[in-house]
Amino acid sequence: MPSYVITEKCDSCAGQDKTACMYICPHDLMALTEQVDPITKKVIVNPETNKPVMKAWNQEPVQCWECYSCVKICPQQAISIRCYADFAPLGGEVIPMLGSDSIMWTIKFRNGNIKRFKFPVRTVDAGAVDIFSGVGEAQADVSRIKEPGFFTHHAIGVGLPTPA
Amino acid sequence: MEPKVNNWEFCEKPEIVVHETDLLLIGGGMACCGAAYEADRWATPEGLRVTMVDKAATDRSGAVAMGLSAINTYLGDNSPEDYVRYVRNDLMGITREDLTFDLGRVVDDSVYLFEDWGLPIWKKDKEGKSVDGARAQREEMPSLRDGGTPVRSGRWQIMINGESYKVIVAEAAKLALENNRKATGVDQNHFERVFIVKLLLDKDDPKKVAGAVGFSVREHKVYIFKCKTALLGTGGCVNIFKTRSTAEGQGRAWFPVWNSGSNYAMAAESGAEMTMMENRFVPARFKDGYGPVGAWFLLFKAKATNALGEDYCATNLEESRKLYGKYVDSMGTCMRNHMMMIDMKAGKGPIKIHTDVALQTLSETMSKKEIKHLESEAWEDFLDMTIAQAGVWAANNMEPEKVPSELMPSEPYLLGSHAGCAGLWTSGPEDFGPDEYSWGYNRMTTINGLFTAGDGVGASGHKFSSGSHAEGRIAGKSMTSYFLDTKGEDVGYGEDHEELAKEIYMPMETFGKFSGYTTDPDINPHYIRPAMMQQRLQKVMDEYVGGVGTWYMTSKTMLEEGFKYLVMIKEDALHMAAENLHELLRAWENFHRILAAEAHARHIHFREETRYPGYYYRGDFLAIDDENWKCFVNSTYDKETGEWNVFKREYHQLIP
Repeated sequence: MPSYVITEKCDSCAGQDKTACMYICPHDLMALTEQVDPITKKVIVNPETNKPVMKAWNQEPVQCWECYSCVKICPQQAISIRCYADFAPLGGEVIPMLGSDSIMWTIKFRNGNIKRFKFPVRTVDAGAVDIFSGVGEAQADVSRIKEPGFFTHHAIGVGLPTPA
Repeated sequence: MEPKVNNWEFCEKPEIVVHETDLLLIGGGMACCGAAYEADRWATPEGLRVTMVDKAATDRSGAVAMGLSAINTYLGDNSPEDYVRYVRNDLMGITREDLTFDLGRVVDDSVYLFEDWGLPIWKKDKEGKSVDGARAQREEMPSLRDGGTPVRSGRWQIMINGESYKVIVAEAAKLALENNRKATGVDQNHFERVFIVKLLLDKDDPKKVAGAVGFSVREHKVYIFKCKTALLGTGGCVNIFKTRSTAEGQGRAWFPVWNSGSNYAMAAESGAEMTMMENRFVPARFKDGYGPVGAWFLLFKAKATNALGEDYCATNLEESRKLYGKYVDSMGTCMRNHMMMIDMKAGKGPIKIHTDVALQTLSETMSKKEIKHLESEAWEDFLDMTIAQAGVWAANNMEPEKVPSELMPSEPYLLGSHAGCAGLWTSGPEDFGPDEYSWGYNRMTTINGLFTAGDGVGASGHKFSSGSHAEGRIAGKSMTSYFLDTKGEDVGYGEDHEELAKEIYMPMETFGKFSGYTTDPDINPHYIRPAMMQQRLQKVMDEYVGGVGTWYMTSKTMLEEGFKYLVMIKEDALHMAAENLHELLRAWENFHRILAAEAHARHIHFREETRYPGYYYRGDFLAIDDENWKCFVNSTYDKETGEWNVFKREYHQLIP
């Protein structure tokens, strides 16, 4: 199901340092575009600024992997996924809510049934990963650079096997 | 058609940014993140600059962008010897056993790091029940490093809560890059949204790397990176064959749709030796959504049958033995596909995986709470890594615990990290292995200073996410070693920056020049747009090189007919037109796809046997022929003449 953006909810991340969906999409699909009235075909202008209203959209839905990266990151919850129309019937929906340490999923079936699941996503807070603690405290010994193994193996003193 | 020229008349000339570094990491997936982490430790104290260039945002780039529900390579108590036997078996008897053993002996170290950095890994409690990774930590169960027991879904696989797997690994890589940046005093060493499209070779020695060039997909800028050593870590190749889906669903490739064969194409254009490019992977997965089957088969013990309820791997065994002999008994992934397809072609489909029976059987001895937990585990398998599959079920009112699901073999993919082995011919470990497999630096290609990892390393496979990270680490360390040994050497490319920029931006100049000629910019006799170029490639590959349209069947005569069309596709690629930077990205991805596809076709043409039944068939050589073809097929490409030189390399068995 390619991603779609709900017009009312998208604020184009105005006032933020980057447009979240555009920043994260692995395939460069999300972009900002001028809003055109679907009936009159006229560019919609913000009466306060007199500038065209910009909103996010998926510019190439046939290349969407449905990875949900844009859905998970959107601060306005303005993005959802509509299942690939060439094989999926209408009406199903999968909705993630990504929190700091877990993710909540809501599965809405075509017939209205709902399932909910919650899974952990990380045990160290985002931004708190420390690559220089524990075994990471070790230093590489450049005199051993031709020996097999990583700096961690050398630090712990683990010998590596060779085929018998 | 008149050759296209770029005089910057219809496209604004971009700024040219030149960035000097020592170690250049091209890509931002598991392999390059591993390389950044390890290279920082070895290179930073020596004052060497490390730079990563990713065409996406590293938090969600590469094949693990969506997350994963399992780590498929964790040895634990298994020996590297047994790991080699498993990989060799699944790759139909041919693998670089030196590379595989070398990976097997170090891969667990990357898994330990992932857990240190906060990746939740399922554990078994004292009663042998599975516990999610966060609860395991809260209850102070030991980490894997300290002897904790993972939940094995198979002999080599462990279950994780992997929604944020890539985000976590990327955070560690970015910290390593930042450490290097501060120590070496450079302004920037992590470039996102810059797509590298070509490698630059030394002007005096074309067997030596000197840099790489690409462009920003956000700003009007061409980027030229000067370096002495580079890592190609840009993944496998998707969307070169016609997809089973017909419209929007084409994006729902099993492998990440953004893997555009850049690793193979850029290496081939540089004259690097390729290996096993005939190999491909055709995953049999849940139909349309391509959700994973591994945990269903291995953890939940689900069975797959034809519509008559027969186990096709049993009923088709003896028939298959006639052509494939002993390989039938080892039952690799392609052989299971083969037996499934026999029934599909005989009209005995649909093939179904009985998820309902599996979960009901497991539930028989469970409490209500445990059943709820089991259902949750089953859904997590999809929500962590193939969310679209959950969407397909929701749309069809299917609950896998209540009804079975259809299986389908997908369109083919080229890769070197999963159950396939296409890639580059690389040097093996320093401390063991045959001389002809080793030329000094582990994971270095036949171009000096050019390394690769993950999907880029051919003739191995079954590395998966953890193995790709570990292989990136091997390469990152080796690159440092190479740099230190060649410190005195002068390296530099001869290309003119202006000319490189002109070539890269040609499709935008073409669009600017000609698009006004017709009332519809999509239909114009002067050019072809990248999306249509891709469709044309996919159709030729499907019809002549063994795609789904021919049930993966091809032959010498079919391939040779296809070559005629591929030549014209290559010619017409020079007439691609791009309206903006996004489309320029697609144009260059398709340059790469075309060359990767051609390598695949040329290799299949050379190997006169059917080594991988169930992945593809040579109709003129339907059997496996160990006497003549238990060897690697390698090649080099001459970009000046467009000729491929394809040849055999000996397979050495190292592990009995």
